[in-house]
Amino acid sequence: MQSTLFHRAAVGLTSLMISGMAVASDWTERSDHNLRPGVTGVSQEVYDLHTTILWIVTIIGLLVFGLILISMIRHRRSKNPNPSTFHENVFLEVLWTVVPFVILIAMAVPATRVLIELDDSSKAELTVKVTGHRWKWEYEYLTYEDDNNVGVSFMSNLATPMEQINNPVLAGGLFPYGTAQDAVGSEFPEKDKNYNLEADKPLYLPSGQKVRFLITSADVIHSFWIPDLGGKKDAIPGFVNETWAIVPEGKEGTYYGQCAELCGKNHAFMPIEAKVVSQDEFETWLAERKEEAAAAPDLTPFADLDEAMELGEQTYAGACAVCHGNNGQGGVGLPFAGSDFATNEEHLEEHIDVLINGRAAMPAFGAQLSPREIAAVVTYERNAWGNDTGDLIQPQDVQDHE
Amino acid sequence: MSTAAAHDDHHHHAPTGLKRWLFSTNHKDIGTLYLWFSFAMFMTGGLLAMVIRTELLEPGMQFVDPEFFNQMTTVHGLAMVFGAVMPGFVGLANWMIPLMIGAPDMALPRMNNWSFWILPFAFLILLSSVFMSAFGAGNPAAPNFGWTFYAPLSTEYGPASTDLFILSVHMMGISSIMGAINVIVTVFNLRAPGMTLMKMPLFVWTWLITAFLLIAVMPVLAGAVTMMLTDRHFGTSFFNAAGGGDPVLFQHVFWFFGHPEVYIMILPAFGIVSAIIPTFARKPLFGYASMVYATASIALLSFVVWAHHMFTVGMPLAGTLFFMYMTMLISVPTGVKVFNWVATMWRGSMTFELPMKWAIAFVILFTCGGLSGLMLAITPVDFQYHDTYFVVAHFHYVLVSGAVFSMFAAAYYWLPKWSGVMPNKLLGELHFWSSLISVNLLFFPMHFVGLAGMPRRYADYALQFADYNFWISIGGFWFGLSQLLFLAVCVLCAMKKGEKAPARSWEGAEGLEWEVPSPAPFHTYDTPPVVK
Amino acid sequence: MSEQNLQQRNQRTLRKLLIWAVAMFGFAFAMVPFYDVICDITGLNGKTSTTASTEGPSQVVEDRTVTVEFITQRGDGVGGDFTAATRRVEVHPGEITLVNFFASNPKSSDVITQSIPSVSPGEAARYLHKTQCFCFDQQSLAAGERKEMPMIFYLDPELPRHINTLTLSYTIFDVTDRVAATNK
Repeated sequence: MQSTLFHRAAVGLTSLMISGMAVASDWTERSDHNLRPGVTGVSQEVYDLHTTILWIVTIIGLLVFGLILISMIRHRRSKNPNPSTFHENVFLEVLWTVVPFVILIAMAVPATRVLIELDDSSKAELTVKVTGHRWKWEYEYLTYEDDNNVGVSFMSNLATPMEQINNPVLAGGLFPYGTAQDAVGSEFPEKDKNYNLEADKPLYLPSGQKVRFLITSADVIHSFWIPDLGGKKDAIPGFVNETWAIVPEGKEGTYYGQCAELCGKNHAFMPIEAKVVSQDEFETWLAERKEEAAAAPDLTPFADLDEAMELGEQTYAGACAVCHGNNGQGGVGLPFAGSDFATNEEHLEEHIDVLINGRAAMPAFGAQLSPREIAAVVTYERNAWGNDTGDLIQPQDVQDHE
Repeated sequence: MSTAAAHDDHHHHAPTGLKRWLFSTNHKDIGTLYLWFSFAMFMTGGLLAMVIRTELLEPGMQFVDPEFFNQMTTVHGLAMVFGAVMPGFVGLANWMIPLMIGAPDMALPRMNNWSFWILPFAFLILLSSVFMSAFGAGNPAAPNFGWTFYAPLSTEYGPASTDLFILSVHMMGISSIMGAINVIVTVFNLRAPGMTLMKMPLFVWTWLITAFLLIAVMPVLAGAVTMMLTDRHFGTSFFNAAGGGDPVLFQHVFWFFGHPEVYIMILPAFGIVSAIIPTFARKPLFGYASMVYATASIALLSFVVWAHHMFTVGMPLAGTLFFMYMTMLISVPTGVKVFNWVATMWRGSMTFELPMKWAIAFVILFTCGGLSGLMLAITPVDFQYHDTYFVVAHFHYVLVSGAVFSMFAAAYYWLPKWSGVMPNKLLGELHFWSSLISVNLLFFPMHFVGLAGMPRRYADYALQFADYNFWISIGGFWFGLSQLLFLAVCVLCAMKKGEKAPARSWEGAEGLEWEVPSPAPFHTYDTPPVVK
Repeated sequence: MSEQNLQQRNQRTLRKLLIWAVAMFGFAFAMVPFYDVICDITGLNGKTSTTASTEGPSQVVEDRTVTVEFITQRGDGVGGDFTAATRRVEVHPGEITLVNFFASNPKSSDVITQSIPSVSPGEAARYLHKTQCFCFDQQSLAAGERKEMPMIFYLDPELPRHINTLTLSYTIFDVTDRVAATNK
């Protein structure tokens, strides 16, 4: 009875595995349980390779487990009271060394071919530099067809609002959820479909053209990965890696990726949103961005403190809160609430300077935020949370500083 | 033998109380210390995992903040690898190797004591930083860079506790190296007359080979953390690009240690299973010699596969191809071992007492983990699997339903020898079935979410991963609770509550350890047996 | 065997194993120059030479053109601009080319910088020879200064035929603190 029970459980386990495989092979779209074929030639070859290996290991597994099960049934003491004594068999041993070896070679051949293909990133029409930061991606469009100096670059942050992410249920105690204490017990907004995947400024890519990605990092190791495009490459500070993708025409759409190397606190919150559009649409978009980049920055002064505070609060939440705390209490970054730095007149110039040019672990936000946004954020930091200095910094002040 | 005679004078006055444990030079006591320590670390690491699984029960951040979450994943990994699995196997080695080779004790008993006692201090240092974090002492407090502590996250951006972490790792390393030296000296020099190397039980062989691996690679880990320390405080730039160094060098040095390390964590398991299956199949182990050669090949090959953990760093084609082929190759000797176990069962006369249940579960589930490992070896597909939950599924299958299950198997198998009573059958059966089902509920769906694209070390995930994560968390809580049953089994045995165990506690059991009474007396084989 | 004999054997084995453990610790450190040498010979990690190339090119290979791209990156905490004057050049292997880079220091204090080159594909690195480069030395930038930093290079005529595009990336790091610490 004992062994029958065991037998049943073992069979159940095996069927669970099989059913998983069977359902998996039905999926051609983004799957919840299987690798996805993706939209590029490479990703589809990788998917096929995956399916092949999966079948091979499943069959090997079933064979081995099958033999074990059969043995447990047929060779248990009640059914086979006199055990054999054999403990070697040269033929079998050679067989089960050579046969797996042959299977491995069979697997290695297509794998080698796909790897060689992935290695060749030459003759790309578009080259984009991808830089990993803590915790967002920076995209710089370098060259496109004949244009050697596109000069479009921007940061791409997670776009999911914080209220959807921070849903604390415990106040203080063993796991102090410091930054959102006051939200404990409240109703949280529903998460939208692309929760944790959507970015504010997507990476636009043209369909039907080869895109080369030059990948590096500004701080720690990150990893650039868009599953639908296939291929994953680490972003290493001080070094450049390259990878490429061609999304064929007809496969336009939005594809999401995520950072795939632990990079600190918000490793899970720096997604990649790649928007693949037709070549025409891409060229239009690129031209618009070039115009924006060439245009003079918007230096419209703030009418009053409230206007600056509004923009400042919004900018702070997106760019600063993660390190300096939702309530300016600090964390990875220094605190602002009640600090000398944010309240003392003497530090005002320094305050603007650090924001623009960075200092130690604080990135240089001059490259990421407009003068107007910087002016708003400095104003916010010097007036929120009881700081109330009354300082109103105008975009022109920031521009003059730069 | 003059010393043996001197021994006889005082051996029946075995020390008692705290002194017995603090100053023990007895392999049985030290083995017991290691085993209890390992179990305590297993439960601690498990508690940390429960925090992880509680947070991952649903999408959104409900309980902890991502910084603390990263600390949980880091310390969970460190506690399990260096606190639970490794000391657990060392404990089994201490208890069983002298008994199996007919030696009175380990060759270097005082070094043995020190090897153990370093560990609680090392872990006190490491775990104290977690408590600082949990009670809000600073942000971040405990190490938060993953158990693999890549540079520059750990060197340039690591918290202050990183230096204590380095000290902790050095201490654990010294403990392991000394333990390994002890095993080798014991096996080489203390075997009973007539016990040639090729007559040793496979558990001793696998531990011998493991010990060589330990001596080869633990110092490399020590080198890596020392380089980390000097990068952090003494102006070197091993891993700092600004100073002319290379973060990828860290990964090479770490994984040169790291890959043999995972074989260190599984070879003793192979030895355990190779002892148990023949016993309960009433049949000798199939292919003893090829088992030895396979183990040795696995150990050798483990030195040339390390970069399969680094397929995405931007290695040139020749490098990735080499490591892909070598990694695939290592599945051949591993497969040979699995086939040998099946062939041992074949046409045997099996009964399925608890040790056998665990051993068979090991063979099936470890093979599962090995097969996902083979998938991971295929580089272009690994680009889609790397740093996802597919990898997490793979290594938990080989480590939990592999190494840990083998330790449960060993415990149920040898508890009668250690305690003198048979482990409680009802609790044991409950423990087994509960663990078996929950471990699969916990880790099998991880294959799916990993393939679907969920990265690892993520405090929060996209919505399409929610359903599986829910069930994974349920499996986690269930598996964790199930281990309390094992605690009960151990406590009952320790209190000698159960059916009295004979010397040969299991009918088909062979080997020198079954020739001594149960429980094994404080001193055994003071006079070595003669082995035919 | 006698007790003494056993003790001796144990000590001998212990000593051998201890030596081996220490040797492996040394090996870990030896891996560093090993790695450097292997990367130097094969250009595996894309690092170029840290010293100027003294010999000139042996010849100019007229029948092929290689695209060389330049990208720049600022390391953590570095402010101001760091740009290449040219995004890409088409060169013949062996042809000597000058490219200018610009760095500015917007801070109110002087900084010392170190630029670190990286080449992709990595194997092309050993074929990139620089006769002059701002990356060979630390570059100091006074407060508010904007500096022009030239780099003169040529591609080895032996550059493998399958490499037609290579990217040279410079990451500029602020090493003011590191220098101050060493000089203390």
